[in-house]
Amino acid sequence: MHGIKKWFGTFQAVDDVTLEIRSNEFFTLLGPSGCGKTTLLRMIAGFELPTEGQVLLDGTDISRLLPNQRPVNTVFQNYALFPHLTVAENIGFGLKMLGKPKSEIDSVVKDMLKLVHLEGRGNNPVTQLSGGQQQRVALARALAPRPKVLLLDEPLSALDLKLRKSMQMELKRLQLETGITFVFVTHDQEEALTMSDRIAVMSTGTVRQVGSPWDIYDRPAERFVADFIGETNFLEADVVSVSGDRARVRLSSGAEISATYPDGVTPKGKVTIVVRPEHARLGPPGSGVLEGVLDDIVYLGTDNHFHVKVDGGGTFIVRQQNAKSGPCGFSEQERVSIAINDDVAQILRD
Amino acid sequence: MAKTFSIKRQPGFATIAMFCFFLLYLPIATLVVYSFNSGSSIAIWEGFSLRWFQSAWNNQQVIEASVRSLQIAAVAAVIATACATLAAIATTRTAPYRGLTIKYSIINMPLLVPEIVTAVALLILFSRVKVWTGYSGLGYLIVAHAAFCIPFAYMPIRARLESMDLSLERAASDLYASSFQTFRYVTLPLLWPGILAGLMLAFVISLDDVVITEFVKSGGQDTLPTYMLGQLRRVVTPEMNAISTVFLVISLAIVTLFFFLSRTPQKDNE
Repeated sequence: MHGIKKWFGTFQAVDDVTLEIRSNEFFTLLGPSGCGKTTLLRMIAGFELPTEGQVLLDGTDISRLLPNQRPVNTVFQNYALFPHLTVAENIGFGLKMLGKPKSEIDSVVKDMLKLVHLEGRGNNPVTQLSGGQQQRVALARALAPRPKVLLLDEPLSALDLKLRKSMQMELKRLQLETGITFVFVTHDQEEALTMSDRIAVMSTGTVRQVGSPWDIYDRPAERFVADFIGETNFLEADVVSVSGDRARVRLSSGAEISATYPDGVTPKGKVTIVVRPEHARLGPPGSGVLEGVLDDIVYLGTDNHFHVKVDGGGTFIVRQQNAKSGPCGFSEQERVSIAINDDVAQILRD
Repeated sequence: MAKTFSIKRQPGFATIAMFCFFLLYLPIATLVVYSFNSGSSIAIWEGFSLRWFQSAWNNQQVIEASVRSLQIAAVAAVIATACATLAAIATTRTAPYRGLTIKYSIINMPLLVPEIVTAVALLILFSRVKVWTGYSGLGYLIVAHAAFCIPFAYMPIRARLESMDLSLERAASDLYASSFQTFRYVTLPLLWPGILAGLMLAFVISLDDVVITEFVKSGGQDTLPTYMLGQLRRVVTPEMNAISTVFLVISLAIVTLFFFLSRTPQKDNE
């Protein structure tokens, strides 16, 4: 079993972070720029030393080792391919530095070229490759020495949208095929949701929540997480009762709905709940739990966003898929009611 | 397109530019032309001939001085470039610290100190050393030349190091390269054009030095420039022009090579 735990105290960029990354998982550090996610990654790689705390790999403290002494490889944001070497020499660089015999290097390089679909390009200078191809060389170069952990520092940010989508699939496939632990850094929530087994959402040097993509999206623990990932509605509510892992809350309209709450919290008094726009439905007045006036309809092709001015203040967004072709059946300034599906509301910690 | 300001369209620009080029290159052009003069005057054209090139080629003193110049320049340039490379790495591959700017200044100081001051200082120093050691060979000239060539070699190497992507060295160390291996397999190959450029610049600078050589040399240690200076004091023949022309061609060739080598960093970025 392999796990990394880190404690960083009083570090400017990373403030007292403890994380356990499991073996063979695709783990993502997600957060806005400046949240410390890249610093964290660089400490695993060895380019930065933690002021306090430890980086443990399989129970061994590696936090004071030089980058070349750690069985960890990095895919850099700008790829950092060696411009004076060919594709094959780039991929074989790590093994060559480890002093592996030439025959072994050649066969690994061949396998790697195949793995990233660059067969026959081994003798090309890397400077002649396209952005997507360079990206794949960078991946192959980092995977070739079979590291215990592969670190990826926003490697897709320089690619255009289409290429980025196909590289997301590619990365996930590589991770499954090689069985290597991937630690991926990104500020793109969609990237994180698509690829990860687990996500750590970071903000201002601290980890706000760790969980599966579903946990992070559907069961955000706090306002920052809910706000950062996707679109969401925040509602003020009063806790009526708590039973098991559910709580009854009363909305401003007086209606009661059931809501889940994060671990380690006993909801009471005034709380904030979140409801995703796609988890609510629009209906005729009186049919739902919140009443209001339809303020704006935004047509997005695949679905409509209904901006509802809720009686008693605030705006609530409802998102409905355009399953059928034709008008949506509602018009602006109409009085409507919002129904909230069961078990979709989540109480926030803060 | 709206007219933007362009110096090229100002009245008289072409005239002034041509005049400046004329002033700059007329003397050199005259020198080159008269090196092909068949007569023995450097002012009266008597016909085309290569006799002065031949005469220079057959002049034992010219050959000896040339060989000496090349020897000194070659050895001094290599020493200067080696020192400059180490200095450049030390000053660019470090976190900025107090006193780094002072170090830059100290390395570049020889560019600012009047040459005559360096010359006199070296003369005094070396005369002492000569007394102590009894050695009076070319070593003094080589050391002197290496010293004033260091900043010239330093500049292109430092420029190259500063334009280099630091994440390359980081990537190498991430891929299990020790710091020596990183230098050997990544930094050095990428730095090579800069080192060659520095080497050539140092070579050219050493080759045409007069002031310091004149002060430091012992008897019979004339380099080509000091030999020519000595000859000009007596009688001036187109032989001097011929030697200068050859000198010019060699320098131009080296500078052209320097230009092409120092252009490579931009190519890498494409």
